[in-house]
Amino acid sequence: MEIVPLGDSALIVRVRDRFEDAPDEALNEVLRTFRRLQDAAIPGVIELVPAYTTVAVFFDPLQIMAAGTEPNELLDWLSERIDAVVAAIGDRGRAEVFPARVVEIPVCYDPEFALDLERVAQHAQMSPNEIIDLHSTAKYRVNCIGFTPGFPYLSGLPKKLATPRHAEPRKKIPAGSVAIGGAQTGIYPQQSPGGWNVIGRTPLRLFDAARKPPVLLRAGDRVRFRVITRAEFESLKR
Amino acid sequence: MKIIVTRAGFLTSVQDLGRAGYRQFGVSLGGALDAFALRVANLLVGNNESAAGLEITFGGLQLRFADERVVAWCGGEFDVRSGSAPLPAGHAARLQAGKELRFGRPQSGCRSWLAISGGIDVPIVLGSRSTDLRASYGGVEGRVLRDGDILLLGARPGSSTLATTGIGLWTGPHDWVSPAKRDPMLRFVRGADWARFNASTLQRFTSESFAVSPDSDRMGVRLDGPELQRENNVDLISEAVAPGTIQVPPSGQPILLLGDCQTIGGYPKIAHVITVDLGIAAQLRAGDVVRFSEISLAEAHRLLLQRERELERFRIGLSLHDS
Repeated sequence: MEIVPLGDSALIVRVRDRFEDAPDEALNEVLRTFRRLQDAAIPGVIELVPAYTTVAVFFDPLQIMAAGTEPNELLDWLSERIDAVVAAIGDRGRAEVFPARVVEIPVCYDPEFALDLERVAQHAQMSPNEIIDLHSTAKYRVNCIGFTPGFPYLSGLPKKLATPRHAEPRKKIPAGSVAIGGAQTGIYPQQSPGGWNVIGRTPLRLFDAARKPPVLLRAGDRVRFRVITRAEFESLKR
Repeated sequence: MKIIVTRAGFLTSVQDLGRAGYRQFGVSLGGALDAFALRVANLLVGNNESAAGLEITFGGLQLRFADERVVAWCGGEFDVRSGSAPLPAGHAARLQAGKELRFGRPQSGCRSWLAISGGIDVPIVLGSRSTDLRASYGGVEGRVLRDGDILLLGARPGSSTLATTGIGLWTGPHDWVSPAKRDPMLRFVRGADWARFNASTLQRFTSESFAVSPDSDRMGVRLDGPELQRENNVDLISEAVAPGTIQVPPSGQPILLLGDCQTIGGYPKIAHVITVDLGIAAQLRAGDVVRFSEISLAEAHRLLLQRERELERFRIGLSLHDS
C-alpha cells in the first residue's frame, strides 16, 4: 500500500499496483479499505472515492490544523491514521466476504438505439445477434463510478467484444445508452458527449439527483443485462 | 425578495461553495471556481459565507433589484456600475429597490462573483445550490441564466455591514478581491504521478511558460506550450482527480482542472496547483501566459492556514465596522 498526496486537500491510497490480473480481488480489497475508512470517520476527512485499485481521501486541511496539527505534520498525521485503519483489517478482515449486490439492467438492442452495433459486429467479425447474445449473457462488475454522475465503468466484457473508441467522440449520446469503450462497457446516465460504441439503451435512470442515493449503481455491484423488446422499453420508460 | 435578470450576459450561473460528499457517485464538486472570492463577497454583504451568489463569466450581466439589497463582488478586472456610479471590487454597496447593476467586459481575468444580501434562493440539490452545467441540475433548472429570469432571494440578514446608502469603505486585501494577474505564477505541489515523468520534462514544466488555450471552461484550462513527454505513453488506471490537478494527456499539452472537473481520470498527474492559488487559476483566459513554481506540501498548508487566519481577522474587522 502506498499513500500519495493529490494536492493539498486530498490523497490517494493505492491499495494495489495492478488491476487486470485479478480484478475481483483488487476491487474487493479497495472496497474493504473504503468501508473501513468510512467507518473510521477520521476527523477532517470529507469524503472517499473508490476506483479500481485506489481509494481517494478528500480532507479539509484547515479542520485538521485547527485541531492542533502543524502544517508540516499534516500529511504524516493523516497517513498514520489511514495506516492504522488498514492494519486493523488484518487477515481476518481480509478473509471476510462482502456479498455484492446484483442489479439487473434491462437493455433494448433495437437498431434505432444501437448506433454502433454494426461497427462492433464488424470489429468482432460476428453477427449483430451474436454480439447481443454475448453482451447480454456475460457477468459484469462496477469498477468505479465517474466520467459523469452515475456513469458505471463495468469489467467483465467478453474479450471478443472489445472495440476501440471512436477517434472523434459523438457530441450527443442519448441518456441510457449502453456502450463499449475498449475492453470496458458502461451506461451513459445523461445525454453527454462520448466516444464509446453504443449498442443498446436502458429505460432505467442511472442517476437522479432527487433520489437517495442518487445513483442506481455503486462500485462493487454485480450487473447483468436482460434483453428487452422495444415495447417493453417503452412501457418501462413510462 | 427578487432580482430580475434584464441581461444574462455571456455565461452567468448560480454558484455556492460546491457539492462536497457525492464524488463517489461521480458528482463533481463544482461551486464558485474561486470559492474564497465568493466567501469574501458574502461576508461583505453580511451573508453566511456559503450563501449562493452569481458567477459571472466575461460580463454582460444586467440585474434589476425589486427591493433594497446590499451587494458586493470580487474577481477579475470588471467595470461594474449601478447607474453611472462605479462599484469597485470588494466594497459593499446598498442598492435601493428599482436600481440596476451592470457588469461590463473584464480588462483582465474572466470571472467575478457577486454576493447579494440574503443569497440567491434556488432549491438545494445534493446539498448545494450550485449549477452543474454539464449534468444539468442545481441553480436555475441546471442551466446558465437567461434574459428575463427572475431570481428569488433569501431573507435579508439581520446584521448588515453597511448602514447607509452608498458604497462602503471597508474592503479586503487586493489579492482577495481582485485576484486576476497578468502572466501569473501558480504555485504547485508535486503531482501524484510526478515520478512517472523524466527529468527533462519536469525541468520544462517548471521553467517554461504555457499559454491558455481558447478551449477552456469550468472543467479545466487547456495549456499550450512545450510538450510534456510521458515516460511510458500509456494511460494509467483511472483514479481520483481534484480541482487544481494538472494532468497530461497523450498530446503532451497539460490540462489544469477546475471545479467542474470529472471525479476520476486516467491521465498522469504531474502537479497540483495549491488551494490558495486556485482563485488565480480561475481567472485564466485564452492567450494568458502562466508559469508554475514548486512549493512543499507543508508550505501549501501553511499558506492556507495563514489566509484563513487573515480571513478571521477580516471577519472581526467587518463586525467592528458594523455601525
